[in-house]
Amino acid sequence: MDVSLVDWSRAQFALTAIYHWFFVPLTLGLSFIVAFMETIYVRTGNEEWKKITKFWMTLFGINFAIGVATGIILEFEFGTNWSNYSWFVGDIFGAPLAVEGIMAFFLESTFIAVMFFGWNKVGKRFHLASTWLVAIGANLSALWILVANAWMQYPVGMHFNPDTARNEMLNFWDVLLSPVAINKFLHTVQSGYVLASVFVIGVSSWYLLKNREVTLATRSMKVAGIFGLVMSVFIIISGDSSARLMARHQPVKFAAMENLYEGRTNAPLVAFGILHADPADSTHKKENFITRIEIPDFLSYMAFLDVNAYVPGIRDLIHGNPAQQIMPVSLKMEKGRSAIAALRDYKAAKRQNDIAKADTALNVLKENIHYFGYGYLSKPTDAVPPIPLTFYSFRGMVGLGFWFIMLFLLTVVFVLRKRVEHKKWFHILAILSIPLAYLATQMGWIVAEVGRQPWVIQDMMPTVAAVSAIETSSVIVTFILFAVTFTVLLIAEIMIMVKQIKKGTNERGAH
Amino acid sequence: MFEQLSYTALQQYWWIIVSLLGSLLVFLLFVQGGQTLVYRLGKDETQRTLIVNVLGRKWEFTFTTLVTFGGAFFASFPLFYSTSFGGAYWVWMIILFAFVIQAVSYEFRSKPGNFLGKRTFETFLFINGLLGTILLGAAVSTFFTGSQFSVDENHFSRWETATHGLEAAFNVQNLSLGLAVFFLARTLAVLYFIQNIDHPEIIQRARRQLLFDAIPFVVFFLLFTVLLLLKDGFAVDPQTGIVSMERFKYLHNFLQMPVVAGIFLTGVILVLLGILRTVICFEKCHDKGIWVSGTGTVLTVFALFLVAGFNHTAFYPSTYDLQSSLTIGNSSSSRYTLTVMSYVSLFVPVVLAYIFYTWRAINRKKTNVEELDRESHKY
Repeated sequence: MDVSLVDWSRAQFALTAIYHWFFVPLTLGLSFIVAFMETIYVRTGNEEWKKITKFWMTLFGINFAIGVATGIILEFEFGTNWSNYSWFVGDIFGAPLAVEGIMAFFLESTFIAVMFFGWNKVGKRFHLASTWLVAIGANLSALWILVANAWMQYPVGMHFNPDTARNEMLNFWDVLLSPVAINKFLHTVQSGYVLASVFVIGVSSWYLLKNREVTLATRSMKVAGIFGLVMSVFIIISGDSSARLMARHQPVKFAAMENLYEGRTNAPLVAFGILHADPADSTHKKENFITRIEIPDFLSYMAFLDVNAYVPGIRDLIHGNPAQQIMPVSLKMEKGRSAIAALRDYKAAKRQNDIAKADTALNVLKENIHYFGYGYLSKPTDAVPPIPLTFYSFRGMVGLGFWFIMLFLLTVVFVLRKRVEHKKWFHILAILSIPLAYLATQMGWIVAEVGRQPWVIQDMMPTVAAVSAIETSSVIVTFILFAVTFTVLLIAEIMIMVKQIKKGTNERGAH
Repeated sequence: MFEQLSYTALQQYWWIIVSLLGSLLVFLLFVQGGQTLVYRLGKDETQRTLIVNVLGRKWEFTFTTLVTFGGAFFASFPLFYSTSFGGAYWVWMIILFAFVIQAVSYEFRSKPGNFLGKRTFETFLFINGLLGTILLGAAVSTFFTGSQFSVDENHFSRWETATHGLEAAFNVQNLSLGLAVFFLARTLAVLYFIQNIDHPEIIQRARRQLLFDAIPFVVFFLLFTVLLLLKDGFAVDPQTGIVSMERFKYLHNFLQMPVVAGIFLTGVILVLLGILRTVICFEKCHDKGIWVSGTGTVLTVFALFLVAGFNHTAFYPSTYDLQSSLTIGNSSSSRYTLTVMSYVSLFVPVVLAYIFYTWRAINRKKTNVEELDRESHKY
């Protein structure tokens, strides 16, 4: 396989995913915040709330459009750039994408027209229902996409069919309700709610700093502060169970995230650490920290709710650890190659109508099918994801998460005590927190996606085997095309957003 | 319920669903057609803004239908998804790019702070309208003309031309369908404007424009249809699955599936009726044109999809290796997945019902400049 083709295809997918995720979390969270605000308006009849709702709705619309633009590419890139993948697991993976279109995306896009253009055309309650349906549609959309993503990380509810040479679904509910899927959905949408809350608080703080739109700012901060604070509690819970699921189902990712080379009981959590420049090579040792601050026993507890539990390190997982019943990757590679060869033999025997030979090959395939993907690896260390990126991203995400909790707490306290207008230092911190919220959610995805490399489907298909057979030059051209387009559109979006915020609610058209 | 259906029946059911989505998509391309008419029908800024806003209230339907069409194809016929998207890379990438630039254009066009300027986004809308329609039409036409790809025994596909799908645009039949879709989209857009815009000057121009688009549409569609009926097609032996060329295959398909032929003819008649009624009795009939021609479009395209996939026909034929051709039998998802997805498809009528309801709520009255001035959300 052409490595540069794989890398460019990876880069293109990462580029589109990163850009898409610049916009989606704000859509997910702001849709609910706007729905809360409009509900207050409908219940109280207070026109000020209508004005506030319309202001945030305008920002929602600007953000929504570019989210949609970047999203369409992602769906089709599974076909254009990962066509082998599309066949190998399309029987399972395609279903959530189709369900998303039918059950969620239409809901969102139909009622968004009423939400934007229906103020003077439909009744108050119909309009409010439309706003809620947009929020529900957007979040349902996220559910199906995240179910699909979770399945790649934890493939369940299927079997391998040697006749079609693909994985086929056996149980839809296993796919939909797998613990990884539920957790991934909750954790991801909650991160969107947190980001949107930070965004609303940050923008409102800017108004307070400028002594403008005081009513809008304080009321918006109240809604966003409470929403953000509640969601922060939930995100801690979902983040905690996410770590445990990862330790169980993706132990290499977990070890990489912790830069844990030597497995151990009573493993400490590195709360803060700086790695040596090249810790990912084969000579890597746990001691490759320049400096670190550890919390004793906490990693064992976080992974298995038991301070005495053994947390396997990268060495255990790559070279094996018989005492812990961990198989070395080299053996898994052997088994994977046996599975691939058995599939080939099975096909050949079927062509020759040799039933006995086909049965023998099928038995070998069944015995080794769980290691199928390992057969494509060149060397055992290929199974290790990039450690520094995963390690730092995790710490960045968690650290910023704690800062946001503090921000929400301060917001709620200041708003309830009616002091928020006068805390300039707080306004500045809140404004600076907006880019940090984006950074935190991107780092979360880096942990999830970079950390699971080399797998496109955990243990079953490495990224190198999933790529479409096209020329590298074609992918380079489209990569550049999309990089330039998305960057220009991002700049346009930010400028329009900033201008709209500067206009506030006073001028006509700004709502 | 769906568990009782045979695997073949489920595959056919899903081909019908995909065909329905495809035909709705072609109807909704009137948004794209309208985007290419913004400067033709709008002679000043106010008129152009009115046109863009009337279209802008519907652009997401087209977009969503395209995404759902893709998702449904992926879920039900994944081998088509992997073969076509992974192989005809350039055609699909250009189509996608055209839709990316569309999605932001409505929202960003007239917003303050738009450093690219209004004109840039209007150009984006034009590009989307031009490329989106022609290339989608050409891509669908390859269902009849074939493409050069091979599929190995593990169902991994490979495109056998370096142009990766662009070659489709140089085939007369593909091009004729592409241009037919382009002019049909413009025709439907004109009918949509006539129904929904309250502006005498624009309507006057739209009336004049109608035949300028309808006549080329009829010419290109006729050319495509004649070529289709006369051409050899890709027949599948139902016993062995072996694909071979059959003379007048698609003509045979129409003759052997009279219901499909009836749908096709009804569709064509309705498309023409919607146009002719609007031309002949404008004062009385102008409001109905979009619905008559729109329904005709859905029926015609639906029938074309059925002709492409039913009656033992390879719907995505390979001219490089006939036996690599895709049929609804060899490219579909497993029986279990099709069954599950069939239950999901029961939501389609619900979706259509709420789309119809909200469409009416928003389009109850024609849009005019005064209303736009009062509007808080304006493109």
